[in-house]
Amino acid sequence: MSTLKSGSRLEKVLISGAFAFTGECGPPKGANVDHLKEKLEHLKGNVDAVNVTDNQTAVVRMSSAAAAAIMVQEGVEPNFQMVCRDRNRLAIMSDILGAYALGVRNMLCLSGDHQRFGNHPESKNVFDIDSMQLIAMVKRMRDEGKFLNEEDIDGPPKMFIGAACNPFADPCEFRPHRLATKIAAGADFIQTQCIYNMEKFRDFMKKAVDMGLTQKCYILAGVTPMKSVGMANYMSKMVPGMDVPASVINRLKGAGKGKVAEEGIKLALEQIEEFKAMEGIAGVHLMAIEWEHRVPEIAERAGVLPRPQA
Amino acid sequence: MIVADRKPVPEILEMVSNDQNILLLGCKGCVTVCNTGGLKEVQVLASTLKIARKKEGNPLKIKEEVLERQCDPEYIEEIRDSYDNYDAIISMACGVGPQFLSEAYPDQRVLPAVNTTFFGGAVRHGVWEERCAGCGTCGIHHFGGLCPIARCSKSLLHGPCGGSANGSCEIAKDVECIWDMIVRKKMEQGRLDDLQQIRSAKDWLTARDGGPRRSIREELTE
Repeated sequence: MSTLKSGSRLEKVLISGAFAFTGECGPPKGANVDHLKEKLEHLKGNVDAVNVTDNQTAVVRMSSAAAAAIMVQEGVEPNFQMVCRDRNRLAIMSDILGAYALGVRNMLCLSGDHQRFGNHPESKNVFDIDSMQLIAMVKRMRDEGKFLNEEDIDGPPKMFIGAACNPFADPCEFRPHRLATKIAAGADFIQTQCIYNMEKFRDFMKKAVDMGLTQKCYILAGVTPMKSVGMANYMSKMVPGMDVPASVINRLKGAGKGKVAEEGIKLALEQIEEFKAMEGIAGVHLMAIEWEHRVPEIAERAGVLPRPQA
Repeated sequence: MIVADRKPVPEILEMVSNDQNILLLGCKGCVTVCNTGGLKEVQVLASTLKIARKKEGNPLKIKEEVLERQCDPEYIEEIRDSYDNYDAIISMACGVGPQFLSEAYPDQRVLPAVNTTFFGGAVRHGVWEERCAGCGTCGIHHFGGLCPIARCSKSLLHGPCGGSANGSCEIAKDVECIWDMIVRKKMEQGRLDDLQQIRSAKDWLTARDGGPRRSIREELTE
């Protein structure tokens, strides 16, 4: 992991050994980019890169490639998310080329939530390739300069390749092995699902370290501060693969009226402190969903500012 | 087998709203096995339609018949002499039947009485489940004999995704996560390595994506 693969800021920060700090931002539900630009202002300078979600939860939004390009214009480094649900291999490769030409240097390869969750549940899905094959395809485009059909690419896109990992999904015992396969396929960095069950995550990381995975890949721990007890309950009951222990919900409940959000932030800060010291963790991915204006404060209190110059 | 569900009665009534005399044609193939379009179902649908139309004061005459199969021209020919005695033919076969009828009798209207759903089988009495997507290149031996193309909601070849919980798929608790089953089977067999290979992108040419398909057996065509 010594020579630069993409030259992205995120890659440089990770290579430098600094504790990375990434954020997340959903594109607008329309062509109005004012709110997006406002959200970016809160993130600028406080994170190393910002994930641009791709029709997250299968709800239609501005394309992640376009929103990522707007971020580049605004001086914020995007982490371009790409799901396999909505595009076949042709569309995926062409979007990668387009995004790269517009200055995008990081991407996160995902399968994507099933469209039944979203706002067009009657739509047809694609899943021509899956996330593992997407990772391998982006690597091949970058390192061999080849399309999937072996044809040469005139100007290969040099992406820093990210993948997701959910240590809390079932079957639990298989998760480190699936992570290993993603790394073998070409993932340079991993962003995990939101972590609430720290005990389970410590076990998972221990296995990942023992398997030597953290030597081959940068793992960013996923953190989402809870804004309310309702949000915690929703995530616990309604989001598949999300593990919110009762202790977390009880702690939020115990905070009392008007103090739950602060308790949620405190919880997140405690997690970040632990991640800084946890073997194999290279940074934190902060998913402050529609809470971007709180990111500067969280970053400040987490002691991750100023972000390193890359 | 091919599994089908009967269309709702109002939808079928709407199709024949201007007809007085129809042929209701069942099939002794898959739709008999899945209790959708065999003799019994033909009788039940015929009675239902007749009662409904009688109530409206607009009686419907129905001739009931069941062919050996509706996916074979030989049996489709059995109604050559009578097909035009009716205002329309309602087929209770899978989607193949009404098309073979439409092709054999281009001057007759053929109406589908069932929604053809999937290739599958009965897992218990009265419950059928999908098992095959007909992708044209079977690779279930790589996945413990279980098909992720047909049975994973995302047709993942490297599952399970992050939405797998307690053996259920993220789309609904009553949908099993086939990848959970595949992984557990491989773990029990001590063959987890099988699932850690990175498979090349699937060639969908043999699936419907390559266009309408045709199977030719030279030795039978001569």
